[in-house]
Amino acid sequence: MQLHKSLTYKDKNMLPLKDILVVDLSQFLSAPSATLRLADLGARVIKVERPETGDICRQLYVSNVMLNGESSVFRAINRNKESFQADLKSLDDKEKVLKLIAKADVLVHNFRPGVIERLGLDYETIKRTNPSIIYGDISGYGSEGPWSAKPGQDLLLQSLSGATWLSGNADKGPVPMGIAIVDILAGAHLAQGIIASLIKRFKTKQGSKVSVSMLESILDFQFETITTFYHDGGEPTVRTASNNAHAYLGAPYGVYETKNGHLALAMGAIPVLGELLSCSSLKNYPESDTWFTQRDEIKNILANHLLTATTEHWLSILEPADIWCADVLNWDTLFNHEGFKALNMIQNVTMGDGFEYKTTRCPIKIDGEYLTSPLGSPAIGEHTQKILNELNTLDHEGKIENCCS
Amino acid sequence: MTSSKPLEGLLVLEFCQFLAGPSAGLRLADLGARVIKIERPNHGEAGRQIAIKNLRVDGSSLVFHTLNRNKESYAANLKDAEDLQKVKELIAKADVMTHNFRPGVMEKIGLDYPTVKAINPQIVYATVTGYGAEGPWSAKPGQDLLVQCMSGLAHLTGDKNDGPTPFGLAVADIITGSHMTQGILAALLRSAKTQKGALVEVSLLESMLDFQFEVITTYLNDGNKLPQRAEKGSGHAYLSAPYGVYATKDGHISLAMGGFTKLIEVLNSDRLRGYSEEETFTKRDEIMKVLHELLAQKTTQEWLALFEPQGIWCSAVFDYEQLMQHEAYKVLKMDQKLPLDTGEFIHTTRCPIRLNDERIFASKPAPRVGQDTDAITQEFNL
Repeated sequence: MQLHKSLTYKDKNMLPLKDILVVDLSQFLSAPSATLRLADLGARVIKVERPETGDICRQLYVSNVMLNGESSVFRAINRNKESFQADLKSLDDKEKVLKLIAKADVLVHNFRPGVIERLGLDYETIKRTNPSIIYGDISGYGSEGPWSAKPGQDLLLQSLSGATWLSGNADKGPVPMGIAIVDILAGAHLAQGIIASLIKRFKTKQGSKVSVSMLESILDFQFETITTFYHDGGEPTVRTASNNAHAYLGAPYGVYETKNGHLALAMGAIPVLGELLSCSSLKNYPESDTWFTQRDEIKNILANHLLTATTEHWLSILEPADIWCADVLNWDTLFNHEGFKALNMIQNVTMGDGFEYKTTRCPIKIDGEYLTSPLGSPAIGEHTQKILNELNTLDHEGKIENCCS
Repeated sequence: MTSSKPLEGLLVLEFCQFLAGPSAGLRLADLGARVIKIERPNHGEAGRQIAIKNLRVDGSSLVFHTLNRNKESYAANLKDAEDLQKVKELIAKADVMTHNFRPGVMEKIGLDYPTVKAINPQIVYATVTGYGAEGPWSAKPGQDLLVQCMSGLAHLTGDKNDGPTPFGLAVADIITGSHMTQGILAALLRSAKTQKGALVEVSLLESMLDFQFEVITTYLNDGNKLPQRAEKGSGHAYLSAPYGVYATKDGHISLAMGGFTKLIEVLNSDRLRGYSEEETFTKRDEIMKVLHELLAQKTTQEWLALFEPQGIWCSAVFDYEQLMQHEAYKVLKMDQKLPLDTGEFIHTTRCPIRLNDERIFASKPAPRVGQDTDAITQEFNL
């Protein structure tokens, strides 16, 4: 595969979160995905990790893949960060971490409710020494209620929030979405709340606490369907019998098998599709309301008809007619396509020991430039001494590098 | 909220339609910005016509109401010179403008970034496209399902023998909108500090690739192995057994990662004892098959009562009705009712972010087309 070499932001001084120091006490995916975004936008992110095991995600392997001795998932989530080793239960280590937090602009954690208070690192305590800090936390289900002590884990949140009844066909049981959607959304919301609070702090000098729960985040994600549920008298979610791609949308919305693959079909008036595809039965549905109320039979007609020719054949008819459709790609076919290559989406990053790996870059472009960074994920405690040295030398000035706002 | 919202005093002009862009405007509005939708007269933005379940309220789809609460509407025909001039005067006062026109359209209208920057050098100008401004796909319609299918995402959900299975929600739109929000906010912070504006660009495809960053990183470094979903009850193509969903005597139960040893103990199953922790990925289908058989023998509540005290990560599987009857949902106070002029209410969810332990509620529902045109004309002397 041909890869473009890493690009770096032209002027690091123009990175929007330059001079923001983030101390990150979090693990796994939710909050660490937020600090990855802050890092790519220009912040300096220091992961505080306990000795020996560090972030548990280091050992959370997917498909048994190990990348330089640790999980590929950890490598993806924690590039562009530094690691400071500390045992928060040791007084000596905690004092060092408190010193670091005193200089920080942002603190992030995702301990379960109650744990951070026991560690003495709760917002009320931290605020006394650093009143302008932006203090971000992610919980599973909020700090109140009967689920507050339950593990905040992606699949469980999908299952409890109604989200597993949206994908797959009607005859399937619950179908989880196959990516940690809840973690990613909670992280995205945390990053939003943190940056918005940094804007407020710049104007008012006031700090803030930003709280996100995975449950509220996955409910927000379903705001369209939940608002519909509130308004349709609480009708159950019904997926289509076949080719379901959205339980609340009418035909043709779905993915269809063709003679040699699949075709995604998003919109289009049913009689117009009948005309274009030479499928006369579709002309029996002139009323647009029936495209929802009779979607199962319409989809069935379409599914049988689309099997009769290739994906390319259908695309060659539908695309020129401005019908929203696409081939269904996998990563092999996608990554070889010019449309993908034009994005320069893959970057090479290098770890402290020289190990190099490929990963994706930040999806946001600013002033026409990609936000890339050549830094790979850190080893546990890789930067402890360096950071301690900075803290010592700058003890009297009250500032450490990249931390001056 | 008793404390001030973080984006108070900021003015956002939203030229976006449909879902991705307006979801970013919604978040900015909830966080305190004043968001004015610039809509064509009469019909307004196209999203007003896109209904799900054929539900409409006060002339617009319920989906439109969901996405556009807390915003104002200013009607303008951008092809009319006089209207365009007034919009440019608004742009001069704005902190942010957003649009999701296909590449080239804003250039034709005369509101492309260089032109806007000349009017207001400090503005944050944010765009969302389907596939970026360059490349062979740049003219292709940027639509959620298409991007899910083109980005490889559809191969991650569902079971081994299912066809490609998209997420049953507009995940590409929502994730892209969240990235757009992040970019805008970061650029606003820089603009406050340096008085320099910014061009922020996101695309549905790049956002969907970022969304898959963990598994794509794995694919890029494992010799390009394509994802394999589990045979039945697949929860994540890359995770080991027991990760997935299982039918019980009266419903379903989800089991997350880890706890395999504990699970063997509680289930007291010799068949499961035959598998080592290391085999939970390589022999995933075999192990899950045994689990499917065993878990069908008791009710969900019976299993939860056995598993939860052992620290096994598990949960029931709820639909919306079961969720909303549960105390854990009620305690969130996640919903809000926004009154329309017609006397009807839009019953919807609120912003998921809490600031200083306070929930954020909206002050008003979505506007009618041009509802605020007169007031804005007066206020800004247009």
